[in-house]
Amino acid sequence: MTERVAATPGLYPLPDRAKGTLSDLKGHQKGDLLSGDEGEAIVTAYDEVRAEYVDDQLDAGLGLISEGQGRWDDMIAHPLTVSDAVETGGIVRYYDNNNFYRDPRVVDDLDFSGDVAAELETAGDLLADADGAADASLAATLPGPYSLADLATDEHYGDEAEFQAAIAEFLAGEVEAFPAHETLFLLEPSLVTNPPAEGNEGRATEAIATVADATDADVVVQTFYGALGEKLYAHLVDEAGADALGLDLVAGDRDDTVYNVQEFGSTDSLSLGLVDGQNTLVEEPETVAERVEWFESQIPLEGFDRTYLTPNTELFYLPTNKYRAKLNTLAAAAEVLD
Amino acid sequence: MVRNPSANRDQFRPTDHPNDAFLLTTVVGSYPKPKWLNRADELVDDPDSKFDAADLEEAHDDACRLITHEHERAGLDTVVDGEMRRNEMVEFFADRIDGYEFNGPVKVWGHNYFDKPSVVEEVEYDEPWLVDEFEFTSNVAERPVKVPITGPYTLGFWAFNEAYPSTEELVYDLADLVNEEVEKLVEAGARYIQIDEPALATTPEDHAIVGEALERIVSGIDDDVRIGLHVCYGDYSRIYPEINDYPIDEFDVELCNGEYEQIPTFTDPEFEPDLALGVVDAHTAEIEPVEEIKANIRQGLRVVPPEKLTISPDCGLKLLPRDIAYGKTENMVTAVREVEAEIDSGEIDLDNPLDD
Repeated sequence: MTERVAATPGLYPLPDRAKGTLSDLKGHQKGDLLSGDEGEAIVTAYDEVRAEYVDDQLDAGLGLISEGQGRWDDMIAHPLTVSDAVETGGIVRYYDNNNFYRDPRVVDDLDFSGDVAAELETAGDLLADADGAADASLAATLPGPYSLADLATDEHYGDEAEFQAAIAEFLAGEVEAFPAHETLFLLEPSLVTNPPAEGNEGRATEAIATVADATDADVVVQTFYGALGEKLYAHLVDEAGADALGLDLVAGDRDDTVYNVQEFGSTDSLSLGLVDGQNTLVEEPETVAERVEWFESQIPLEGFDRTYLTPNTELFYLPTNKYRAKLNTLAAAAEVLD
Repeated sequence: MVRNPSANRDQFRPTDHPNDAFLLTTVVGSYPKPKWLNRADELVDDPDSKFDAADLEEAHDDACRLITHEHERAGLDTVVDGEMRRNEMVEFFADRIDGYEFNGPVKVWGHNYFDKPSVVEEVEYDEPWLVDEFEFTSNVAERPVKVPITGPYTLGFWAFNEAYPSTEELVYDLADLVNEEVEKLVEAGARYIQIDEPALATTPEDHAIVGEALERIVSGIDDDVRIGLHVCYGDYSRIYPEINDYPIDEFDVELCNGEYEQIPTFTDPEFEPDLALGVVDAHTAEIEPVEEIKANIRQGLRVVPPEKLTISPDCGLKLLPRDIAYGKTENMVTAVREVEAEIDSGEIDLDNPLDD
């Protein structure tokens, strides 16, 4: 029987109070954003944010608990913007959104940082100490290597393939330092928005597999902002080393996604982007549950392992009240299905 | 198709204009708020303070009077109140339109947030949005007043759409409301309206939606009213020559920021509306010297003849220190008047405007 797990790929909006506190502590300009060596007051503020995120998720009843990535000023480019081998350039647009991040210009050999491992460690401790957390486990989040390379500027390696491989090795090194986690979400929106050129799909999936191989946890390769191209989809199912491929059922053409699954099969598990991470309209749990059953009925595979019920994107686009409402919807939908 | 800019331009020419040539000078809209006004905005929310809503209104009136006069002192032909009463370009209007609700701030970048509203039911017109503001400014101004309005495409796409099957449909409903507001402004005496659509620059493939929205906005608006469209920080090859079909009198664009690299885009086919060209950068804190601004103005003459050229800063100046904003505006007007004199004397060859 298929197991249904309510989860998110993280990147939550800062609680409103923390928005004020942190902007007072850090400032509003480009140079004021996080560099990974923040002082004690800022560390404390983020500790409080993290604790609130863990509580939010436990209160909602999610099966997998994310660290929430409150520190990720540059969204999924964060692991690079705190790296010593990176200089941050101008503010550039984050995909097709009214959001911006600092352009990470890689100017030296990428080396281990441990930044994400450290915050995940703290989240793990919070979860271990929390009441009522017995059924919940820790989920890690990282950008996938393809998207991270796509968001960055290479001023050091000089070759696209080499750069992508270096980013993959860098991310694999970060994963190796992670505390025990049940699932690793690798966020790969660029696979949809700026897919690899014909013939380069293998290079992208190899990079993803490099990171996936660095953990024993279940790996979810979460794609979003639309449907995947069919050829790339087929490569990802076969070669990326993913336990689950994440598919956006909100922004993308659902028929394209269903066609991909029926034509090219699927990973043993799937992650479905079911609630809209970019709209304040809160879906009904019953509607979400129906979407899950409908989609599962399209999958030809026998003995399908697990369906992750997720938002289609990160949740930082939303005001905090709606972000919490979306968590509740996901958890309630999983319950409806039980 | 383009409206009839030559039918409404002359009313903005001051009676004592010193040159034969007339390049209309204007601003995009926003201007740095005096520090005390920001304090006043905060004070009214402080429960321990005696400063109340009526006091704030008085402060807003004072600030509008001050900035309108500051624009006149800089020598502008048409003026704005610097948008002293407005907080943010979407929030201000969403607050006045039925159908929007606010849930709290969302991130734009770093620790910069905006109170992105949600459209939760059909949008409707309630009280006028800008008529009081226009009447006040018009009463204190010696020069004609321009009214900037955030356009329906930006009001639609920079909000969460919970209520409409598509955001395009929301945009058209909003366009009908903007039309209602423009009618009321015209009734109150406004003759220069600028529709601001920065969102178009981020999604140029939607230019047809903006075109249809503009058709709705100008429906029933007479030729003697000048309708401008302001867009900024985009790749204009993706919306040109389509904008030649827009029902506008004037297209206002920031090109100083990109050092006029995109000027050739507008030269073929022939540019049909009047061009309002940005000649000072809204995001550098140095005042451009008059000579540099004069060279920038000549770039506009590559696209349109003098009688179709309007001159403005690239964008709203609100993020600059106030003395810098004033210095830029003053130098801009000086540069325009010198260029006009050089056109009159034949010093500038209009066929080769960049030649010395």
